Amino acid sequence: MSASPPLLRRLGALGPLLMLLVLFALLGALVPDFLGLRNMRGLVLSVTLVGTIATTMMLVLALREVDLSVGSITALSGVLTAVVIARTGSVAAGILAGLAAGAAAGFLNGWVVARLKVNSLIVTLATMEIVRGLAFLVSGGQAVSIPAERFYALGSGTLFGINYPIWLMLLAFIGFGFLLKRTSFGRNVLAIGGNPEAARLAGVPVDRVRIAVFVLQGLVTALAGIVLAARITSGQPNTSQGLELAVISACVLGGVSLSGGVATMIGVVIGVFIMGAAQNALNLLDVPTFYQYVVRGGILLAAVIFDRLRQTGGLSLPTLLTRFTQKDRLAS
Amino acid sequence: MSALIAYRGVGKVFPGVVALDDVSFSVAGGEVRALMGENGAGKSTLLKILAGEHRPDSGGLLVEGRPVAFASPRDSQAAGIAIIHQELHLAPDLSVTENLLLGMMPTRFGIIDRRAARERARAILARLGEEIDPDARVRTLSIGKRQMIEIGKALARDARIIAFDEPTSSLSARETRTLMRIIDDLRRDGRAILYVSHRMEEVFEISDSVTVLRDGRHVADYPDMKALTQDQLIIAMAGRTITDIYDYRARPLGDVAVAVSGLEGPGLRAPLSFEARRGEILGFFGLVGAGRSELFRLIYGAVPSTGGDVLIHGEPLVSADPRRAIAAGLALCPEDRKDEGIVPLAAVAENIALARRNLLGRPLIDERDEGTQAADLIQLMRVKTASPATAIATLSGGNQQKAIIARWLAADSRILLMDEPTRGIDVGARSEIYAHMYRLAEEGRTILFASSDMPEVMGVADRIIVMREGRVAGIVPRADATPDRLLRLALPDASTGQS
Repeated sequence: MSASPPLLRRLGALGPLLMLLVLFALLGALVPDFLGLRNMRGLVLSVTLVGTIATTMMLVLALREVDLSVGSITALSGVLTAVVIARTGSVAAGILAGLAAGAAAGFLNGWVVARLKVNSLIVTLATMEIVRGLAFLVSGGQAVSIPAERFYALGSGTLFGINYPIWLMLLAFIGFGFLLKRTSFGRNVLAIGGNPEAARLAGVPVDRVRIAVFVLQGLVTALAGIVLAARITSGQPNTSQGLELAVISACVLGGVSLSGGVATMIGVVIGVFIMGAAQNALNLLDVPTFYQYVVRGGILLAAVIFDRLRQTGGLSLPTLLTRFTQKDRLAS
Repeated sequence: MSALIAYRGVGKVFPGVVALDDVSFSVAGGEVRALMGENGAGKSTLLKILAGEHRPDSGGLLVEGRPVAFASPRDSQAAGIAIIHQELHLAPDLSVTENLLLGMMPTRFGIIDRRAARERARAILARLGEEIDPDARVRTLSIGKRQMIEIGKALARDARIIAFDEPTSSLSARETRTLMRIIDDLRRDGRAILYVSHRMEEVFEISDSVTVLRDGRHVADYPDMKALTQDQLIIAMAGRTITDIYDYRARPLGDVAVAVSGLEGPGLRAPLSFEARRGEILGFFGLVGAGRSELFRLIYGAVPSTGGDVLIHGEPLVSADPRRAIAAGLALCPEDRKDEGIVPLAAVAENIALARRNLLGRPLIDERDEGTQAADLIQLMRVKTASPATAIATLSGGNQQKAIIARWLAADSRILLMDEPTRGIDVGARSEIYAHMYRLAEEGRTILFASSDMPEVMGVADRIIVMREGRVAGIVPRADATPDRLLRLALPDASTGQS
């Protein structure tokens, strides 16, 4: 049994999987060194930030909400951890402070969205600014270096030859994949995203689930931000600007519906690697950064059009056109 | 004849329902013709055909003797027709002037001429005899004033044929007086007026003639209201034979399962009390807007009540929250299945499992347990679906409804609130739903169901509570229920006119 119908699941997971395979084949053939072991390890490491945060963004999108504040939360948690470690010398206190900041920001997002019924796009747009501002305030606008060698291990240490950040991402993939499909909580997320009023009337604790999802998003984002700080050995207040777009792009590429109620973890994993492979290839080919913006934007655009195609159920142009015009009529 | 508008043999079929069957009548210039009938008699379909929203399957319209075929509402407007709807179609953030002249603002050199526009708006408002500032934003005006602006729009377009759809349902007594005066003016002006209302007093006051519809058929025409009594009109509207798709089964009743006392809240005009027993099927009849859905939502806690108590098996239900109601054994099958009942993209089995899963509060999903139960219930309720994993949105309305009932059986709900359980469901599936209702009642469950379909209420309920304008108008045992008694209780003015 699955929450999504077979057809949607096929298009939702198989489409992106094909896209990923084609992309890897293409890049393997065209880009020298792309399929090399060293490059592959680098690629996986490079997607850990986006990949980890995408697991909870998946829940947010499945809920028919969005969270733009993740880039800022990444920055604040890293900076706060750095500052606290610098002041107290305690790594644990630093990490705790970073996590608490992320959870608090997530709670604020969730509480305003759930209780005050404000559109999450606007709420998180506001908290994106607020939290970024706090990151600058806490750091005094400067990068904060972290005087604790053992903290760096969080970013560069390995277990069985695999870096901790990769372990964290894998854990998030498995944990949130399980949460989505095998727990009441995850199914409630999909039910709320699919039809909030029907879910409420069927006894789903809608507000509680909404708040919990945003808190989880804040926590996981903070964790990713702390690991990022460990990798770059400092808290950077201006890091990860535009991260939210990369994360949302990855989810949508992976078949998570922007209109809620449809999401699979395997899809998100594939979406993350499509994004990562494209970025990696651009770097290998020495494409200047300015072009990379255009390509990343193009991928996002392709992702939303893909989402649209999947919703309208037809990939042929005529069905597309009629669906679009119908939607317009209904909206007016 | 000088008929401005005529319906000629109009027929309209929707999937599973004949909405209109060979309806003919006409309205002359200077005539106000009332269109009367129960809910579902076909009045709104007739108006939608006039408005160009629906196209008749047979027959057609004549405007000033010439046949017309409207492809869109625009064609209908161009033919000089205006419909004043129950829900107003105004842009609340634009000014009165902009609303009145929407799409036809006077221009000079391509730029809107505000002064000329305001002058024209003033002239229209003066005709309506209304003190309204043409620069006011519509949002700031009362419902009554907004209605006047809607009529003003018809005047601005110089509509010759104006239809009113329940125009007074949200107006105060004073605003209703004003409306009556304006309609009288329009009549003197030689326009043709079609007036749809349930309110007897108004209809007798304002109309010259009346056409009565029942089940999509044109059953009576009275050219002169003065020669007609309210009783005659009610009998014409209600008179029918009840076909036996209901197959009623009597059953013994147990002790009181639900006791509502002095319940107050949005949609109710007076504190409301009643009791229902185990095994009872209690019907709530009333016209659209009588407050049945609102009552159900209050009992269920979907909307907070402002006073009174709901006792479930003697235990008070505290705090407005569907979760508490469900825990106390209540269930709601909402009228609007699509927006409030189903999770459309989720599987049938998932839709069935939703309530029980949250009632039990187990953190992990027991796939096998849920799967078996869903399969059993799909079989028991005879839900026609390719598989339990099929998205529920692809099922027919009747099968969706059966799946929603299955959801509550999974949660073993003892008291079911079913709001318009057969709306939009074809006859075959309806009798299946009735059979399920009897079976559930025989198991000792209590069913409260709301319906504006009189034959259904009479056919299925053990007892009928008739609601009118947010109040209980009467409680009628099955044995005493006759169509005209129910309708008399349900119609806003009829019972007062009766004594």
